[in-house]
Amino acid sequence: MENVTQALQGVPLNHYILLSAIIFAIGVIGVLIRRNAIVIFMSIELMLNAVNLLLTAFSVHHNDASGQIFVFFIMALAAAEVAVGLAIIVMIFRNTNSTDVNILNKLKW
Amino acid sequence: MSISLFYFVAFLSIFFALLVIFAKNPVHSVLYLIVTFFTFTIHYILLNAQFLAIVNFIVYMGAIMVLFLFVLMLLNLNESQGTSKSAIVKMIGVIAGMCLVITLVGSLKALHVSDPLVLQTQDLGLVKNLGKVLFSKFLLPFEVSSLLLLSAMVGAVLLAKKDIKQA
Repeated sequence: MENVTQALQGVPLNHYILLSAIIFAIGVIGVLIRRNAIVIFMSIELMLNAVNLLLTAFSVHHNDASGQIFVFFIMALAAAEVAVGLAIIVMIFRNTNSTDVNILNKLKW
Repeated sequence: MSISLFYFVAFLSIFFALLVIFAKNPVHSVLYLIVTFFTFTIHYILLNAQFLAIVNFIVYMGAIMVLFLFVLMLLNLNESQGTSKSAIVKMIGVIAGMCLVITLVGSLKALHVSDPLVLQTQDLGLVKNLGKVLFSKFLLPFEVSSLLLLSAMVGAVLLAKKDIKQA
């Protein structure tokens, strides 16, 4: 384990922020351009993970374990969110026979 | 072993994340997402956050992705595959995302160059250290999250259950 973590030495914090920003933006693009509700859901998972990685990097940077505890709570929250969200998608599919979000535009007006 | 490992894994993360949102078939998207989460696990190991690496491996790659795959298989989305957003909407979405990246990177440029990340204490992300913090400082949020999981479970069962009166 020691020589693995040696690889960490020398990576600037800015590059972690850059990586997380790019992954987060990919998630945003996915939400904007896809119409399948499940793929939109997966993009939201991508955004959550980008934030998790950044929280861990900051936790190591500040030498404070609170950041990693927070990531743990976000993972519990994501599990709950996925369960409820997929149940909603299943219910929508049962009513409309599709997971296309454009069918569900009645709340738009 | 050098810092190039981080950049290689970071490249893989971005590559597979792009594949997730541009794959036509939702099942392929889920599989690419699993690979993306695996690269995130490698990032956690590089940061010596071993507990988070294991939890990410088990909860995200195991539980959540199986849930996604199950729902995709149950729904059988064959006939609704033909529809996708028009090209102009896609273009606008990509441009909006790029604007977000440019804004974030631009604000990052305003910062001065950061120091390299150095692991000050080796056992920061180990289970022993995290457990001590979790059960002393964060005991109340931990208990509240159990309530959250319980309510989510009840809610999911209630939502996915068929209506008894109609069935």
